[in-house]
Amino acid sequence: MNAATETAVAAEATGEPEVMLKVENVSLSFGGVRAITNISFDIRKGEIRAIIGPNGAGKTSMLNVINGFYHPQEGVITFKGAARSKMRPYEAASQGIARTFQNVALFKGMSTLDNIMSGRTLLMKKHFFWHLFHYGPARTEEIEHRRKVEEIIDFLEIQHIRRAPVGRLPYGLQKRVELGRALAMEPELLLLDEPMAGMNLEEKEDMSRFILDVNSQFGTTIALIEHDMGVVMDLSDRVVVLDYGKKIADGTPEEVQANQDVIDAYLGVSH
Amino acid sequence: MDFLYSIFVDPFVQMVQMPDFLLQVLWEGIVGGILYALIALGFVLIFKASGVFNFAQGIMVVFAALTLVGLYEKGVPALAALVLAVGVMALLAICVERFVMRPLVNQPDIILLMATIGLTYFLVGLGEFIFGGEPKVMIANELGLPSGSVVLEPEGWGPGGSPGLISLQKIDIAATVIAAIMIVALAIFFNKTRIGRALRAVADDHQAALSVGISLNQIWAIVWFAAGVVALVTGIMWGARSDVSFALEIVALKALPVLILGGFTSIPGAIVGGLIIGVGEKIGEIYWGPLVGGGIESWLAYGIALVFLIFRPQGLFGEKIIERV
Amino acid sequence: MFYREAGQFKTSYEADQQVFPILQDKIGIGAILIIGLVVVPLTGSDFMITSIMIPFLIFSLATIGLNILTGYAGQLSLGSGAFMGVGAYACYKLTTIFPDANLVVLVLLSGFFSAAIGMVFGLPSLRIKGLYLAVTTLAAQFFLEWCFIRVPWLYNYNASGAIEVPERTGFGGIILSGPAASPLTRYFLVLGLVILITIIMKNIVRGRVGRSWMMIRDMDIAAELIGVRPLVAKLSAFAVSSYVCGVAGALMVFSWLGAAEPAAFSINLSFQILFMAILGGLGSLVGSFMGAAFIWILPVLIRFGMPAVGIDIAAETVEHTTRMIVGALIIFFLIVEPHGLVRLWQIAKEKLRVWPFPYV
Repeated sequence: MNAATETAVAAEATGEPEVMLKVENVSLSFGGVRAITNISFDIRKGEIRAIIGPNGAGKTSMLNVINGFYHPQEGVITFKGAARSKMRPYEAASQGIARTFQNVALFKGMSTLDNIMSGRTLLMKKHFFWHLFHYGPARTEEIEHRRKVEEIIDFLEIQHIRRAPVGRLPYGLQKRVELGRALAMEPELLLLDEPMAGMNLEEKEDMSRFILDVNSQFGTTIALIEHDMGVVMDLSDRVVVLDYGKKIADGTPEEVQANQDVIDAYLGVSH
Repeated sequence: MDFLYSIFVDPFVQMVQMPDFLLQVLWEGIVGGILYALIALGFVLIFKASGVFNFAQGIMVVFAALTLVGLYEKGVPALAALVLAVGVMALLAICVERFVMRPLVNQPDIILLMATIGLTYFLVGLGEFIFGGEPKVMIANELGLPSGSVVLEPEGWGPGGSPGLISLQKIDIAATVIAAIMIVALAIFFNKTRIGRALRAVADDHQAALSVGISLNQIWAIVWFAAGVVALVTGIMWGARSDVSFALEIVALKALPVLILGGFTSIPGAIVGGLIIGVGEKIGEIYWGPLVGGGIESWLAYGIALVFLIFRPQGLFGEKIIERV
Repeated sequence: MFYREAGQFKTSYEADQQVFPILQDKIGIGAILIIGLVVVPLTGSDFMITSIMIPFLIFSLATIGLNILTGYAGQLSLGSGAFMGVGAYACYKLTTIFPDANLVVLVLLSGFFSAAIGMVFGLPSLRIKGLYLAVTTLAAQFFLEWCFIRVPWLYNYNASGAIEVPERTGFGGIILSGPAASPLTRYFLVLGLVILITIIMKNIVRGRVGRSWMMIRDMDIAAELIGVRPLVAKLSAFAVSSYVCGVAGALMVFSWLGAAEPAAFSINLSFQILFMAILGGLGSLVGSFMGAAFIWILPVLIRFGMPAVGIDIAAETVEHTTRMIVGALIIFFLIVEPHGLVRLWQIAKEKLRVWPFPYV
């Protein structure tokens, strides 16, 4: 029994925070290529959980499995206590999972405001009929959600680009808008895929602050993939390390940093 | 019951009873399919090298054929007219590269598609302006293409064991042979020559190709010229079967289902797709068409492609698409 | 210069979310409405109304329909001509079955038939994307065209194979269609419906439904992960788009042409509508009007403008040169501004706002 599982057992024994998402023995392959092999880990409510590993370790595939974009061939995923079978991505969204993407996946033809409004899609329920006239319930609803969206815009400090088409924004701001769109969904679990890729130090600091604020102010559980080890070790409560589609370590930042397998994976050893 | 019988049984009974007729229909389908394939080939050439879906390929066929016939009517000898028509296609290629492709480099695909639709409009206007809107007769004999037909009478292939009757137009045979030669030549050009490799590099990534010193402008002019020559050949063959008119433009749209079956970048795909569509719509029209009043040839090709796409969205020769985020 | 929003502050989200939040825009749209509703009817000749304004409005409507599908939802369609045809034939059958009903009601109803058929042909869009989808709409185009020819019930078994518009009345006996309907009546009918549908479409595209279409257009995978159901979004786009095209088709026959053969709804019509949508600007309702004006009115101007300046040429030649000019202009505009006339207009407005400085 290694250090990582020991802490997990210890956490369960002390009856600490409930588990929000549990991944058990999940395997995923494309044709003959194995992307993920027999991975198990959990994400506890309210924590910041980092998934790290070298390029091609299967991190993004793991996120794709979690939000239902890929269907694993084996294994069980339990979200909020319910094991789920095959599901479409929009169902994951309706259960409260939001995410951002490695390569910014904003709606390029729409403004910042519309992009963040688009995150409210599932929360807007008024019938199509009212939208024909943009009157009555549809209008009230639109304004009520606009208010929420403006709160997010304030929170992320992007008021000045409210009307700008996102395609024209610099990369760092696009990442921020994307975070805003995910926040607009009011998720319980937020998946961030390399939120700081390609950013300079200042932008990274801003983004880190936003992630911590989201976690503490809204109580959102966060799972993030990041390559910047400094950021990962500072932000996250627990870290899971993947390499070649397998889990090689799991535990607090300190434990992971001390783990010999992790050091080998990152620095390389002669086999 | 009668209805089901006439759909599911009767056509096959007819096929077995009159195998010579079935062969005749198959042959017609193959010939039609080859012509579709030739049009599709022109599309593929340009799509491969520039990622442009060249909507104007159909009108280029008409335009090339019109130029040839028009020059002949003005008193130019047939072979000289042929050479001149090739020259006109070269000129067209250079103009297209200079005035359409070059200013639109790096634009999204849809914009380039629209530009070729604009080009179509322009060429239709220009063709009508110079040559008039009347259908013309292709100068097949003057170009030395064979006429008449070969009649085969295989024993026992007719109804009830009588001698069968299959008539093959010589021009169709010539078309098949010429198409085969052209396809082989293009395949060699694409796979074995320096320019062919450059073409594939450009198709893959414009900027990367530029960075290793490939001239985009030159490559584009070459592919548009190659597509122009293919269009000329197609125009001659098609014109010899019917006549040269702007109605061909609609026929050229059938290249789309062909491309979809074969994949936009595959030359063998274009051929196989063309044959499937050609044979499929002929057989459908002859054996099932009468049940619904005929004329289903106008949409059957699209229907076949549609059914195909629903089961195999990546086309016949495409690889399975794994969506990534 | 004249176009500045300085000093116009918004204090509520209602005010901020108006279609025309800027005063100058309000004045502009008011002026256009006055021209359409008052100036044109008072001053326009019959020719101006029947050959320019009515077709322009109908094409604008059809272009809006296509723009919903292609511009907003990102699904390429080459079948809008056929969907217009469905509307026209549906309206024709409805007027046969309900001879006493108000024509406007029937026109609006006929769009639903077109919407239903559009949804059927939209189903493959769930699996087929991009250029591949063009084959679906082409299948729709040629199959429906074939139906218009081969199903005699659709044209009431007329020997000519064409549909001829019967005389129909509404609103207390006013003759709305048929040879006896006055150009002005037809003009107001078309204008009224175009204004009504444009407002409704604007409302749809600026709300949740329109946003879900644009999400699918811009990045379908991300849209699905956010919670848009592709089935609902795509099919609703097909339905709304086909509805509008259907109404435009019904108006085209009942308020403009008076009679139509199946060839009227051929692939060429589809292309014409597509040109209008692209030139005007995909994903813009204003652009739809601009595109329709450009493609429809420009040839008319050339046709009548050339003899006016002394260039006397045969009618056929005019036809041919018009095509060349339109083709060349399409390429020219794509080079200058790939996002259509509406983008040029926006750039002009932005320039005016910061004038006399080049930028803020």
